[in-house]
Amino acid sequence: MTNYNTHILICGGTGCKSSNSEQIVENFKSLLAQHNMQDEVQVIKTGCFGFCEQGPIVKVMPDNTFYTQVKPEDVQRIVEEHIIKGRKVTELLYTNPETQKHVSDSKHMEFYKKQVRIALRNCGFIDPENIEESIARGGYEALGKCLTEMTPEEVIAVMKASGLRGRGGAGFPTGLKWELCAKNKADQKYVICNADEGDPGAFMDRSILEGDPNSIVEAMAICGYAIGATKGLVYIRAEYPLAIDRLKIAINQAREYGMLGEDIMGTGFNFDIELRYGAGAFVCGEETALIHSMEGKRGEPTLKPPFPAVSGYMGKPSNVNNVETFANVPVIITKGAEWFSSIGTEKSKGTKVFALAGQINNVGLIEVPMGITLREIIYEIGGGIKGGRQFKAVQTGGPSGGCLTTRHLDTPIDYDSLVAAGSMMGSGGMVVMDETSCMPAIAKFYLEFTCEESCGKCTPCRIGNKRLCEILDKITRGEGTMDDLQQLRNLASVIKDTALCGLGQTSPNPVLSTLDNFWDEYVEHVKDKKCRAGVCKKLLSYVIDPEKCIGCGKCAKGCPTDSITRTDYIAPGHKLASMVINSEKCIKCGACLSGCKFGAISVQ
Amino acid sequence: MTKVKSLADLRALREKLSSSLEVREKGEHPEQLVQVRVAMGTCGIAAGAKEVMEHMMQKAHELKIDAVFTQEPCMGYCNLEPTIEICMPGKETVVFGKVDNHRADEILQRYVLQGEMVDGIIPAKQQ
Repeated sequence: MTNYNTHILICGGTGCKSSNSEQIVENFKSLLAQHNMQDEVQVIKTGCFGFCEQGPIVKVMPDNTFYTQVKPEDVQRIVEEHIIKGRKVTELLYTNPETQKHVSDSKHMEFYKKQVRIALRNCGFIDPENIEESIARGGYEALGKCLTEMTPEEVIAVMKASGLRGRGGAGFPTGLKWELCAKNKADQKYVICNADEGDPGAFMDRSILEGDPNSIVEAMAICGYAIGATKGLVYIRAEYPLAIDRLKIAINQAREYGMLGEDIMGTGFNFDIELRYGAGAFVCGEETALIHSMEGKRGEPTLKPPFPAVSGYMGKPSNVNNVETFANVPVIITKGAEWFSSIGTEKSKGTKVFALAGQINNVGLIEVPMGITLREIIYEIGGGIKGGRQFKAVQTGGPSGGCLTTRHLDTPIDYDSLVAAGSMMGSGGMVVMDETSCMPAIAKFYLEFTCEESCGKCTPCRIGNKRLCEILDKITRGEGTMDDLQQLRNLASVIKDTALCGLGQTSPNPVLSTLDNFWDEYVEHVKDKKCRAGVCKKLLSYVIDPEKCIGCGKCAKGCPTDSITRTDYIAPGHKLASMVINSEKCIKCGACLSGCKFGAISVQ
Repeated sequence: MTKVKSLADLRALREKLSSSLEVREKGEHPEQLVQVRVAMGTCGIAAGAKEVMEHMMQKAHELKIDAVFTQEPCMGYCNLEPTIEICMPGKETVVFGKVDNHRADEILQRYVLQGEMVDGIIPAKQQ
């Protein structure tokens, strides 16, 4: 029995790390040593807790105290008050925005209440750099069970029965994918883990690799056993240095403990994992492009078939799964297919991790059962829209997905319902937008991204997306015509039907779904030359109300282009003449608006 | 580190390592366990609450009692320190005053394990 009576868990994920969480770890260690408590209190650097909005997070166990936005200088108070005297530092506890009451443990936070953590089961709980903590949580037991008690066919049967579908975006049934690869005979096969997370704003794969890398190592070995492969490759972007470090540590420790390498657990099964680095190209998340990039070729997709299960890496049968998919595998083996398939909806089983971002109060990483509604995610877990504004849309699936609106708030979320609503699951990015977001501008943003990330191999994607982007630009500048809107729709449909790979086939989704759901807004841009969200600068004009203006002149001082001058009109009750904006010179920076204390300036 | 040679090896290793996460795992569902809350105000510490807590943790482990120990601020019975509060699933919370090592053993053995009443309970009226 260890003597530690208290454990202090500190988030060491990329987000909290950049807010100085390493210094917090150091401070805890040195302060505890000063108080001679290093043998009573264990300090653990964990992976991401998910509640990134409130980071850096420090959790004290066993009293389950959840400290938020901790600064290195707060450590002293936590040690002296809480750790020594048992008095929680209330100022650092999470405050429920509705009741304004402090909530000390995560169980009672709206953010965590509805979450079901399967893929993220160990994130924020164990030290990802210590395989022993993973083993103590049951890590590698699923691998042991497969190797000693199950045949490869049985493993595949469990995966198929579980109903697990690929978490990378398309939602292909994982068990079936394994079976297809297992059927092909070859002298060498490969298990490939796709850790090339490219959707803007999505970071679940990174968090899993940073918080629980051993689960991925274990799952890849299980997959290797099931399909008959002895080699595993992780394709990870070089932009994830922390995830790479922790994965390397996990692989090395797994080798030391005999979980990788030759004759794993005395069963005669050999398996090892190597890393391959990507330069961070969006298209390399597509499996054929990913494989080419790993082979040292250009990261360009090729036509399927042949599928990687037949001819993949180096022409050998390969099975590519996403990080989050793999993270589910060991639990399914241990707890059984029946348990897993009892969670979720009819066709989408289990949970999904979403990266909640945008105009929402609780930004962070959440894992929820399939079938949860958008309303629950946005208003309960997400804590509603920032500043009490109105919800307008939520963009799911990143640049390949679409926008859902208030109409979809009560739709249960799963792979199929999202597709039916004109969007897709994608890797799980969820960007929430309020009335200050302009939908044509959002569509343009995503199109700019796909234009930049298109590999240029096929014409529809290379040129078509560029044209889409140009038309959208024209519309947001107020120069669009109704013909342009028709053209936008036609072109988008053609690209969808003719592009070579998943990137091109899905890239028009943001355009099509905003056209469908926000047609009025497009028409306003074209006919009335208006942007109701006040985003498209070319369509805005800043106006001073002469009756409200007291003539203080503050706006003129702050104007970078000297476009505000004094009139000779003095409003009744005021002493100075009012100001006026010359719209020819105005660059619409908004400096005057934020500077005016009298509400005299408005955007029209 | 010797390599894990079989599934049985792995399970044995897990068993050996399981205590390293005990504090964290217990903290996830304290309501299902025997919760022992030790008042750790200045008065409590001065009266030896820290030592009693350490002793009790050891004893609970020996007696195989699934208990979670937490430190609480001073409960207000400075004259009766060390004070501990015990909350068991389905039972009312009980506070014991003047708990030394000997009384701690008695509480664990007789109150927690056998459900007998033990002297030194601070009556609810006084609370």
